[in-house]
Amino acid sequence: MEPILEVKNLTKIFQKRGKKDFVAVDHVSFQLFPGEILGVVGESGSGKSTVAKLVTRLIDATEGTIAVNGRDITHAKGAALRDIYVDMQMVFQNPAGSFDPRRTLGDGISESLKNHGVSKEERRKRVVGLLERCGLSKEFADRYPYEVSGGQCQRAAIARALAIGPKILICDEATSALDVTVQKQILELLQFLQKADGLSYIFICHNLALVQMFCDRVLVLYDGKVVESGTPDKVILSPQSEYTRCLVDAVL
Amino acid sequence: MSKAVTVRAQKLRRDNTKLRLYIFLALVAALLLAALFSMRLAPYDPYLQNLDKAMQPPSASHIMGTDHHGRDMFSRVLVGGRTSIFATLALVAAISVFGTLVGTLCGYYGGRVDSVVMRISDICLAFPGLVFAMAVAALLNGGIGNAVLALAVVSWPKYSRVARGQTLAIKAGDFISAAKLAGSSSAQVIIRHILPNILGPILVTAMLDIGTMMMELAGLSFLGLGAVPPTAEWGNMMSSGRSMLQMYPWVVLSPGIGIFITVVLFNLLGDTVRDYMDPRNSRSG
Repeated sequence: MEPILEVKNLTKIFQKRGKKDFVAVDHVSFQLFPGEILGVVGESGSGKSTVAKLVTRLIDATEGTIAVNGRDITHAKGAALRDIYVDMQMVFQNPAGSFDPRRTLGDGISESLKNHGVSKEERRKRVVGLLERCGLSKEFADRYPYEVSGGQCQRAAIARALAIGPKILICDEATSALDVTVQKQILELLQFLQKADGLSYIFICHNLALVQMFCDRVLVLYDGKVVESGTPDKVILSPQSEYTRCLVDAVL
Repeated sequence: MSKAVTVRAQKLRRDNTKLRLYIFLALVAALLLAALFSMRLAPYDPYLQNLDKAMQPPSASHIMGTDHHGRDMFSRVLVGGRTSIFATLALVAAISVFGTLVGTLCGYYGGRVDSVVMRISDICLAFPGLVFAMAVAALLNGGIGNAVLALAVVSWPKYSRVARGQTLAIKAGDFISAAKLAGSSSAQVIIRHILPNILGPILVTAMLDIGTMMMELAGLSFLGLGAVPPTAEWGNMMSSGRSMLQMYPWVVLSPGIGIFITVVLFNLLGDTVRDYMDPRNSRSG
């Protein structure tokens, strides 16, 4: 099977004048296959979020290549870059911060549709459909981000990510800011959507238990490097690297 | 219980701010209308000289007295207000739009152009504004238009600073990343998400700046670098009356009162707008 997303030797070095270069991501390579849920775990500062930003091209890689459906997107710009976002979307850690405070959730959800020339009535219809799919009533289209709870806002964020019909969804700590019961609901929603649409997820998370439950395969990131990869059971039950062992011990 | 009380207190405070906002808006609107229709409101021709009636103290027929040419001071203050107020508003509008645009673009794109533009604005901010404006105004010769231009040249960096700082803060937000992921171009991101979110602080800066700019404009006119006599303008009216301050104080005080009332009114409105825009006072409160 062809990978839907292939990352090779991805490296990001942050340079600041007068300071030592900081290697945030160090030659990370992985593949994501259609319909797969790939977990990425690691402690704070291990480079998980930087990987997400690199893959979505929100920041530029220092080295390495990123390919979606076999197309190299490492240096895509302008319209070519916007084309990629039809296939790849992201859900952010802080749901409220991922919506413009001056615009309604409906505006946020339909922004990608607007940019692709979908008419106003059609957008309105689709927003209602998306909200319903994500377990929200249509009234939420007219609410502002600060008027809804974290869990509701994250559902809206998932609706926004799905609006344009992507194949890859990158969840950057998408459940970390939510309390445990809401976390479970969001995970169930993600699981349902994944089965229904055959989406591929990159699920970035620091919670090993969640990863074990949710992911098909897992990468362990430490200090910007992949220190271990494999099925969650293999990684968690018989960790090979010293760091993974520490991580597992810290949970149990 | 205590939460309900706080919510109610917030609501009351908000209603209070709203009321104040309406009152000051109405007063400013009245002032602007008076300035706009000053030629019709003025009881006398502000430029008609009548030496028989020179230097009359305030009375029923001339409520602010007359000046050394026998011109009615009240009419001159009204008509002078039109020049002062609209020149100031034009100035503030121009510098806030220009400064905001420059600051937003610099903040959003960064890079070398940003560094160069910000150094230029540093240079402008390093000089005392009025001194720099005097130099520019002297270079351009007098006239109210040139005085406005001189003040504009030295005053826009304030806005570009505010706009740039706000843009940098907002640019880092996830909702900007989300907008990019939604396929919005840089222009769309700036117009839809950045400008609306920085408008509040810019508006407040502009409102509070009106008073300052009016004083500086009057200052330039006072020094003979702004409106040229016989054009009625508060700054040059005070200037031409300054030698008569001890004997005929109303000649200086009348335009002074005009400046005082207008500056205070605009500052109060600015303060109220700031309170109104305060996020703690936002729609959630």
